[in-house]
Amino acid sequence: MWDYVVQPFADFGFMRRALLGCIAISVGATPVGVFLMLRRMSLTGDAMAHAILPGAAVGYLISGLSLGAMTIGGLIAGMAVALASGFVARVTALREDASLAAFYLISLALGVLIVSTRGSNVDLMHVLFGTVLALDDAALILLCTIASLSVLTLAVLFRPLVLECADPHFLRSVSGLSAVTHFTFLALVVLNLVGGFHALGTLMAVGIMILPAAAARFWTAGIGGMIAAAVLIAVLSSFCGLLLSYHYSLPSGPAIILVAGVAYGLSLIFGPVGGLVGRAVPRPHFET
Amino acid sequence: MSTAITFQDLTLGYDRHPAVHRLEAQIAEGSLTAVVGPNGAGKSTLLKGLVGALAPLGGGIAFGGLSGDDIAYLPQQVEIDRSFPLSVVDLVAMGLWREIGPFGRLRRDQRPRVDAAIAAVGLTGLERRPIGSLSGGQMQRALFARLLLQDARLVLLDEPFTAIDAKTVADLIDVVRRWHGEGRTVLAVLHDEDTVRAHFPETLMLARQLVAHGPTANVLTAENQFRARQMCEACDGPPHTCGRSAA
Repeated sequence: MWDYVVQPFADFGFMRRALLGCIAISVGATPVGVFLMLRRMSLTGDAMAHAILPGAAVGYLISGLSLGAMTIGGLIAGMAVALASGFVARVTALREDASLAAFYLISLALGVLIVSTRGSNVDLMHVLFGTVLALDDAALILLCTIASLSVLTLAVLFRPLVLECADPHFLRSVSGLSAVTHFTFLALVVLNLVGGFHALGTLMAVGIMILPAAAARFWTAGIGGMIAAAVLIAVLSSFCGLLLSYHYSLPSGPAIILVAGVAYGLSLIFGPVGGLVGRAVPRPHFET
Repeated sequence: MSTAITFQDLTLGYDRHPAVHRLEAQIAEGSLTAVVGPNGAGKSTLLKGLVGALAPLGGGIAFGGLSGDDIAYLPQQVEIDRSFPLSVVDLVAMGLWREIGPFGRLRRDQRPRVDAAIAAVGLTGLERRPIGSLSGGQMQRALFARLLLQDARLVLLDEPFTAIDAKTVADLIDVVRRWHGEGRTVLAVLHDEDTVRAHFPETLMLARQLVAHGPTANVLTAENQFRARQMCEACDGPPHTCGRSAA
C-alpha cells in the first residue's frame, strides 16, 4: 500500500511537482467552477478554454515553448473574448451564451489556423493536453500565484458575486459593483484556465474546474460547503489520477480528469442532496 | 406637501418606440399611488425609468431630494435564480446592503432587524429554508421583507400582487400601508381595481400618455378606462416620428 501510494512521490521529483501543480489548480480553479455552475455557465469554461488557444499558439510561435509568452498570449486572447462577449451581453439583446459562443468560435478558428499553418501536430498536442509531469519551477510559481490570487479575489468579491449570480437586478439597484463583479469573475475564469493549460492542457483544465463542482452539488446545499467539497474532490482526483498514470503509464491529464469523472458519477448516484439513490429510496415526509 | 418625483415631458421607450409618451405629472412626498392602465400602457416601463434602468428618449425625471440610494424597487418577474443555494435569511438580509456594503459583516444589532422583517411578513420559522423550496406567495413575502430592510424613502412595486393568494395580498398590503404611515412614497403598478379603490388614495392612469392623475375615485371612472383602452389601441398603428413640438 505504502509503496503504491507514497513511493512514487517520495522517489521522483517530477511526481511531487506534478502533485503540487495539480493541488494549486484544484484550489484556485475549482471554486471558480462552483460559481460557473451556479450561474449556469458550466459550458462557459469550455468555450473560454477554446478561446485561449490562439493566444497560446501565437505565444508558442513567437518564442517556442516559453512559459511567459504562452501565458501572456493566452491571457490576452481569453480576456479579449471575455470582455467582448461580456460587453455585448450587457449592452445588446444578445444573451451571454450566444455572444460568448460567437467570439470563442472566431478565436478558436484563428487558433487552429495559426497552429496548422505554422506548427506541427506535436505542438498542438502540447497546448491541448499539457505537460503535468514536466512542470519546472517557473510554471509551479505561476500556478501557485494564480491559485492564491484567485482565492483572495473570490474571498473579497464573495458577496457581490453571490448576488450577481442569484439576483443581478437587485445588485444593480443597490450597488455599482455589478459590472466590476461580472468582469472580474470572467477574468478569474481566464486566469485559471491559462494556469491550468500548462499542466493539463486547455481542454483538460476545464475538467478540473467543472467536474468537482458538479460532483459537490450532490453533497451539500450551501455555497461554502460546496466549494470545500469541490476542492477536496479535485485534490483527491489529482492525487489518484497521478498515481494511476504513474503505475499504468497513462497520460496524466486525462487520468486526473477521468478520476474526477468517476467522483462525479459516484456523487450522482450516492450523493445525499438529490442523488439517484436518495431519490429512489422513499423517506417519510415531514408533517409541515 | 413637497414633491417627491416630477415627470417632465418624459418619454421612455425601446428602440425609438415610446412606451411612455410625454408624461407630465408630480408625485407628492409620502403619497400612496397606484399606477393603472391596460397592458402595454407603459406602467412597468415607467418604474424602470424611475430606477434608471432605462434612459429617457426625451424629457426627464426630477427627484425632490431623493438619490438613487433612497429607492427600493421590486420588479415584476423577479429574475431571481431560485435554484441558487440561498436561504430565506440570506435573501432578506441583502436588504441591508446599503448599510453593510459588499464586504462588511452582519452586525449583532442588525440581526434582530432581519428577524423582525421576516416576522412582519409572516415567514418566521422558515429562515433556514432554501429559497427554491418557497411557494410563490412565500417568495413574495420574503422579497417584501427585503424591501422592509432597505428602509427606502421611495418604494416602487411592479405588480406585487399578481398570482398571489388573497391572504398573502392582505398581509402584504398591511406592509404597504405601514410604509405609507411612515411617510414613505409608494408607487405600485396594479391591475386589481378593488385593491386600488380600497387601499390606494391616489391613482395615476397611463395609456402611454397620461390619462388621469389624482384621487382614486376621480381617476378610476368608466369614462377614463374607456379612453385609456382607446388610446392604447390608437397607438398600435404603423410608427411615425413624433411631430409634436415641446410646449
